[in-house]
Amino acid sequence: MAADVRLMKTAAELALADAFASVKSTLPGGADVAAQREAAFETFAEAGLPHRRVESWRYTDLRALLREAPPLAPAPGTEALARAVAACPMLAGIDARRLYVVNGTFAPDISDLANLEPGLSVASLAQVLGSGSPLAAQIGKTVPSTDAALALNTAFMGDGVVISLAEGASLSRPLHLVFVTTEAGVTATFTRSLLVMGKGASALVLESHEGPAGAAYQVNTALEAVVGEGANLERLKITAEGDEALHISTLLAQVEAGAKFANANFTVGGATIRNQLLVQLAGENIDASLSGVSLIADKQHADTMLTVEHIAPNCQSREQFRAVLDGYAQDIFQGRISVRPGAQKTDARMMSRALLLSDTAESDNKPELEIFADDVQCGHGCTTGSLDQQLKFYMMARGIPEKEVEALLIQAFVGEVIDAIGHEGVRVALADATRNWLIERK
Amino acid sequence: MAAVQETVEQVRSIDVDQYKYGFETQIESEKAPKGLSEEVIRFISAKKEEPEWMLEWRLDAYRRWLNMSEPTWARVDFPQIDFQDLYYYAAPKKFKAPKSLDEVDPEILKTYEKLGIPLREQEILAGVEVPEGERPKIAVDAVFDSVSVATTFKEELKAAGVIFMPISEALREHPDLVKKYLGSVVPTTDNFYATLNSAVFSDGSFVYIPPGVRCPMELSTYFRINEKNTGQFERTLIIADAGSYVSYLEGCTAPQRDENQLHAAVVELVVLDDAEIKYSTVQNWYPGDAEGKGGIYNFVTKRGDCRGKNSKISWTQVETGSAITWKYPSCVLRGEGSSGEFYSIAISNGRQQVDSGTKMIHLGKNTTSRIISKGISAGRSNNTYRGLVSAHKKALGARNFTNCDSLLIGDQCGAHTVPYIEAKNPKAQFEHEATTSKISEDMLFYCMQRGLSQEDAVALVVNGFVRDVLQQLPMEFAVEAQKLISISLEGSVG
Repeated sequence: MAADVRLMKTAAELALADAFASVKSTLPGGADVAAQREAAFETFAEAGLPHRRVESWRYTDLRALLREAPPLAPAPGTEALARAVAACPMLAGIDARRLYVVNGTFAPDISDLANLEPGLSVASLAQVLGSGSPLAAQIGKTVPSTDAALALNTAFMGDGVVISLAEGASLSRPLHLVFVTTEAGVTATFTRSLLVMGKGASALVLESHEGPAGAAYQVNTALEAVVGEGANLERLKITAEGDEALHISTLLAQVEAGAKFANANFTVGGATIRNQLLVQLAGENIDASLSGVSLIADKQHADTMLTVEHIAPNCQSREQFRAVLDGYAQDIFQGRISVRPGAQKTDARMMSRALLLSDTAESDNKPELEIFADDVQCGHGCTTGSLDQQLKFYMMARGIPEKEVEALLIQAFVGEVIDAIGHEGVRVALADATRNWLIERK
Repeated sequence: MAAVQETVEQVRSIDVDQYKYGFETQIESEKAPKGLSEEVIRFISAKKEEPEWMLEWRLDAYRRWLNMSEPTWARVDFPQIDFQDLYYYAAPKKFKAPKSLDEVDPEILKTYEKLGIPLREQEILAGVEVPEGERPKIAVDAVFDSVSVATTFKEELKAAGVIFMPISEALREHPDLVKKYLGSVVPTTDNFYATLNSAVFSDGSFVYIPPGVRCPMELSTYFRINEKNTGQFERTLIIADAGSYVSYLEGCTAPQRDENQLHAAVVELVVLDDAEIKYSTVQNWYPGDAEGKGGIYNFVTKRGDCRGKNSKISWTQVETGSAITWKYPSCVLRGEGSSGEFYSIAISNGRQQVDSGTKMIHLGKNTTSRIISKGISAGRSNNTYRGLVSAHKKALGARNFTNCDSLLIGDQCGAHTVPYIEAKNPKAQFEHEATTSKISEDMLFYCMQRGLSQEDAVALVVNGFVRDVLQQLPMEFAVEAQKLISISLEGSVG
């Protein structure tokens, strides 16, 4: 029988290999980190760029999408930093401690590092990798994964933010990690951040990603989060990249017993957006919630891949995803709830819903359950369709113009996810962003 | 309560992992040489006295198969199959298509008698009690290893214009019909096992229902693997012409052996305007012993094509047997207003592995589909539902409702759900829901408080859980299926 034919290396794969060979000596970190990079690149080189036959990348053919390996973005100059400060108008109204990563490099000069709350420490990834700090050992260990895009991130990781929160510490205002690409050229950035929360610590972390329109830049970003026992982490990630950008993001979260973890994604910008969420519920009595809203149009392509692993008993997880699609947009949701043997009394619910506003949009859903314990309650649901004509008729019969009716229904549709966010200012900001998206749509 | 009582009695009468159809018939058989080559395919084709084009078709499939590799995406785990270590053709010796039942080898008749399959026209499926005058008639095609040994009620069906015969016979008698439809739903290159089947298929049923005819009785095929080290590769082709209707049943069993045996079948359904096919399967191949030794590898490709407008296909399956099941009965909803249904109960026990589900491919306008799948896993088995629902750009007004539930009995088993839902137009309404849970303690407590033993209570709850699907089975099979459920669950309580 014919053996599996190995795929030819694409131009981009070869270019990535060349790029790695030439830049690896300039990347931060000592011998340990260099070995880690080599191993990660080996993992990537073996698998190649993910394509349709790789199940978790079934709907996003990176092999076809990633045609070239652009050069790494240069460190920002003064002018770039000046522009970066104005980034993320969406959350401008929220009083937060802003930490900037510009063109893949942490920018302490414009970041708000004054009067850090007790127990909070902030450093750049480059600094941590170089110093041999114990935090450096955590990088790459949070949740094991052989994903090719993550392996690329590990191989090339240049900088990012490393935050640690001591036992019992809590923040008086949210942390806002602002990732900005200011270069209008075709560049690539690989950022890796780490958040380690001690027992009972609590934080709200906002993360935003944006860049210029008209530039086919590439972003590969990852965050590792360790949520300690009884800690409380709420995270919101906003993806508002430029219209030609390729954005790949990976969240690796390890959640310990009794912790509360809520993660929300809000996706509006970028040509191809891939959000990977790998969450491990390692202790008992965890309350986890993962949610997402995608508002996409034209030829945008948004792919959410999520795995929640219930390792210990008595945990609850809720997954709520909403997509609104216009034009030729394509939204993908691939979620998996995995209940390991022994994770009894797991209570997990996953729901993914898509609303198609145009005849040419496409929605693909794969809500998967994988269960190895018998005393569990697990459910998943999924719907796709257009706006409910009866609801529309009811409201129009009461004199509301059609466009307004549609806007109201769409806001209600995504509202289910947005309303669950704890911080009022953030809720309002997202509701406004939804409204703006609807106005621009017309 | 009667049904439950019966179920429970069934459980009691049989010991742990006793597969009641595990006997072997001692009969001399004629086999093709071991292994697969062009010569073996020529041998099979010659045995069947097939036309030249059929041989070419097989050889073409074989050459393509040589360049294919086995699918690995299913959640099943088994040692590599050595395809050269199998017999691809086995027939009872001196087998010559019998004119009547009297000419069939008495050993074979005994086999079917033991299985409760009515080969004599006055008989009906065992276990069904109905008054004399009201007995439903069922025409049976009995396939023993690689050949069809008997087909009943041929004359009566012929009078109605229905063609029901072994496919090897149809190739000789109705070559044009076969040529027109064979491979038109499952192309030769569809997948590894279907391609293999195309190259070596030996027998199976062929059904043609002419326009406007409602088939006067249920048609059924009963598959039996008997010979050692053989694979069974049957091919079924059913065509329902405009405005016709047929209900078709399929059953299967095999002897209890320590080695694994391969069953790779292909079923193709073609439904034209306003016609309907109801296809029911009770799959009860030997599942292997409690340690997972032996059992049938059931790798089957089943697909129906709703070609005409307002056509309909309904798949119902009760899966209890096989060491490994890899099977996705699908509907291609091409005709405007066509509809597809899939009702399934998959039960796994011991170390069985089930990866089964359906595909509903909506291509035409206003097509509808419904999927009801119930998976029950017990022992150390793994039970996966894998399904696809997709709507093409032109499938405006497509609707689907999917409900797949899993029930776990014991903490060593696994239940998995892998649905794919792909909508390429906004006028398609898809809904999917699934739950996984164990038998509710409350329900068990309630039943036991009223004097039922734990076994009785489990049987009652499980029968309630699968009722939606059982209701879809023809009555004769529903009884059988209910018994099967009790057998499969046996040993799982506690």
